[in-house]
Amino acid sequence: MDRTPPTEPRQSWTFSREVNSEIRRAAETGIYDIRGGGAKRRVPHFDDLLFLGASMSRYPLEGYREKCETSVTLGTRFAKKPIELKIPITIAGMSFGALSGNAKEALGRGATLAGTSTTTGDGGMTEEERGHSEKLVYQYLPSRYGMNPDDLRRADAIEIVVGQGAKPGGGGMLLGQKITERVAGMRDLPQGIDQRSACRHPDWTGPDDLEIKILEIREITGWEKPIYVKVGGARPYYDTALAVKAGADVVVLDGMQGGTAATQDVFIEHVGQPTLACIRPAVQALQDLGMHREVQLVVSGGIRNGADVAKALALGADAVSIGTAALIALGDNDPKWEDEYRKLGTTAGAYDDWHEGRDPAGITTQDPELAARLDPVEGGRRLRNYLNVMTLECQTLARACGKSHVHNLEPEDLCALTMEAAAMARVPLAGTDWWPGKPGF
Amino acid sequence: MTVLDMAQVSLREVNETLQGAARAQANAAYEIVNPRGSHAVAVGLDGPLSVTVKGSTGYYCAGMNKDAAVTVEGSAGPGVAENMMSGTVTIEGDASQYAGATGRGGLLNIKGNASSRCGISMKGIDIVVHGNIGHMSAFMAQKGNLVVLGDAGDALGDSLYEAQIFVRGTVKSLGADCVEKKMKPKHLELLAGLLERAGADAKPEEFKRYGSARKLYNFNIDHSDAY
Repeated sequence: MDRTPPTEPRQSWTFSREVNSEIRRAAETGIYDIRGGGAKRRVPHFDDLLFLGASMSRYPLEGYREKCETSVTLGTRFAKKPIELKIPITIAGMSFGALSGNAKEALGRGATLAGTSTTTGDGGMTEEERGHSEKLVYQYLPSRYGMNPDDLRRADAIEIVVGQGAKPGGGGMLLGQKITERVAGMRDLPQGIDQRSACRHPDWTGPDDLEIKILEIREITGWEKPIYVKVGGARPYYDTALAVKAGADVVVLDGMQGGTAATQDVFIEHVGQPTLACIRPAVQALQDLGMHREVQLVVSGGIRNGADVAKALALGADAVSIGTAALIALGDNDPKWEDEYRKLGTTAGAYDDWHEGRDPAGITTQDPELAARLDPVEGGRRLRNYLNVMTLECQTLARACGKSHVHNLEPEDLCALTMEAAAMARVPLAGTDWWPGKPGF
Repeated sequence: MTVLDMAQVSLREVNETLQGAARAQANAAYEIVNPRGSHAVAVGLDGPLSVTVKGSTGYYCAGMNKDAAVTVEGSAGPGVAENMMSGTVTIEGDASQYAGATGRGGLLNIKGNASSRCGISMKGIDIVVHGNIGHMSAFMAQKGNLVVLGDAGDALGDSLYEAQIFVRGTVKSLGADCVEKKMKPKHLELLAGLLERAGADAKPEEFKRYGSARKLYNFNIDHSDAY
């Protein structure tokens, strides 16, 4: 009997397998999906930019021979004691609670070996990280968990967190299974209950109030510490301008690929702007105020290698910050734990249920047995190596563009591979001298 | 008694002097005149010290206080005694928003009224308000005691954790997960001690106690209409 040849079964782009599985999960549980990490969707990113390199009109520096400086000083505007870093890559704020004590110690060790700073998180300062971090930035968050004047004074800088890229306008929730006795004690809450991290500060609203809050913190700490203001990638021009107006020494700008310990997936994927889209408006704000390089700009959200670092600097940042990449360097999502990831219903590289506290790599957990899997000394060594590689890569690209300091990289060193990236980065589309929105066109 | 005149001396000098005196542990006494609503007066004190501010202050007076006794002979702006750790802060007049926000210890004694969000996210501080308090007071309050001799505004104790609230007057409305609780002898005893420390003329038996129903402690989809 004749049969019409079957066609290949066609999956819907709109209702993909992934979308359908989420619909089934929602229907089964009645709860939205909560996860860690940053946006997983494809957005225009540093990969969409290329360096032009030296040519007839640019003179390169000799690799392995000629110096290419990488140092950066943060907090030169008002602080008596600015932070001096050997490399323009810092470790972003991640809480003890979300991370194990060993993980925090490893971050401190690695950052110190590489000559850079690490940052506390929502949950206060631990002895592990203070003791092993030569330069430690203390986050001042809406929840104020563990906040106290002694830790403010023993910090090297203070970062007032207004928002973060994964969830601009959102708070957080550390679920009860990660609230051990120690975590609960640091946060003044009972053990085992879900702990809400507030989405806005309890005692100020708006930049006029923030200016007074910064005054108070400076008065408490004797005007010694650089004050950073961290904002999510929402309205980067105005957020940067208002942070400067409020008195920030440093603006930390976190795009939507920046990670979080736990938030609704819908928030992570649908709120905020890509990191690439945030940098030029922020730099523009600083330039319009005559504050570029006087108020330093630290960019975070999806920084993975030295090329990303160099491109962020070329667009006008003074430094970058890494979180997710640092955890991967420590061993997060390592395929060696694949069997255990499978048991959790996931796979290496995709594991993002950091809030559940069952991390096979022992990083995003408070389980003592799992946490013991991470050797903080070895973790610190790995992070140091990774930071060194990124720095070397960044120097390589800077030398190729003829720069004796990575801060001398500039937008003119770049071109874009896509219209979107050209528009966001305000650099020419490859092969042209044009980008969407360029004045005069 | 050393007098610091803020018409003559800068805020930086005032705080530097007070912080140094507190660190010296000498139990010295200072008087600040002409505060003229200045912000961040007497902040970050870390030791036994007596400070009297002759007039009203702006934001964050006595912020993060440890051990010192600060008295404002006037009214205080937003965030008075924010994140206070210990010691005593007394306001003879009224206090603006966020009084005692995130405070972790010590006594904040407000002789007048306190505005909205009094005791927001408090983490162990004791606050006694001799007058009334505004809306959303003790929002997300974690630990400590809030005592109100007058009335409380809307949404008292919204999303409360383990802090306790005692109100003598009326409560306009309770916030999510805040309920009236039975006053037991141990609570009467606690309240008597707080009233005595604050010099408040009231009897513990006149108060009602409010606390958390603890239904929002772990996320439950069936409670999502509570907020």
